[in-house]
Amino acid sequence: MKVKVLYFARLREKFGVESEVIDLPGDLAQAAAIIDLLRKRGEPWARELALDAGYRMAVNQTLAGLVTPVKDGDEVAIFPPVTGG
Amino acid sequence: MKIQVSETDFDSGAEIASLHAGQPKVGAVASFVGLVRDINEGDDVSTLTLEHYPAMTEKSLRDIVDEAMGRWSLLDVTVIHRVGKLQPLDRIVFVGVASGHRGDAFAACEFIMDYLKTRAPFWKKEGTPQGERWVEARATDDEAAERWQQSSKKDPA
Repeated sequence: MKVKVLYFARLREKFGVESEVIDLPGDLAQAAAIIDLLRKRGEPWARELALDAGYRMAVNQTLAGLVTPVKDGDEVAIFPPVTGG
Repeated sequence: MKIQVSETDFDSGAEIASLHAGQPKVGAVASFVGLVRDINEGDDVSTLTLEHYPAMTEKSLRDIVDEAMGRWSLLDVTVIHRVGKLQPLDRIVFVGVASGHRGDAFAACEFIMDYLKTRAPFWKKEGTPQGERWVEARATDDEAAERWQQSSKKDPA
């Protein structure tokens, strides 16, 4: 299945990419599967997406967690804690 | 309800007026305006650039306002958030809440700001004499938002 992944703010700059399409096996996964795959790319991915790195996620424009289900065609966003207001 | 995310400035007075114009049931309007400061973490700030996640921003603000309307008795709500490049003295955010009485208006206004600060996908980058840097999230903002979860619906303090 294919999932569109977006990066914002500091993470977009660190990774040097705004968005990409990631291919995952099967037709249903948890958001954690994407994080695992990205961490395997090495630095800076591994450090910025470490368990204690404090990044946030949204699946289909709603705040999500590692166990949030992800299916083909979904949009997953990965970003630092928000600082608006 | 009015939710607006744009680069353009807003008129706080006009926004407040429109929350009660022709609405005789409104007995109270509480509002908050957030502004760009010229200092942060001890450094001079000359610019503030706001990035957001366009597909999610308005939806997240709408969800926050919906939750406030479920908690308090509100007659109307306006949330305006600017994006793009701002500078000190500029307005960033407006939250206005109209209600029958002041208690609900005050509480809902603070709740919306606390949730906006921790849940709406905006990120600030500030320009200082040392260069540009991303503003770090504050633990005090998380604590401010959490107290609404611990407390009963009508009594946040």
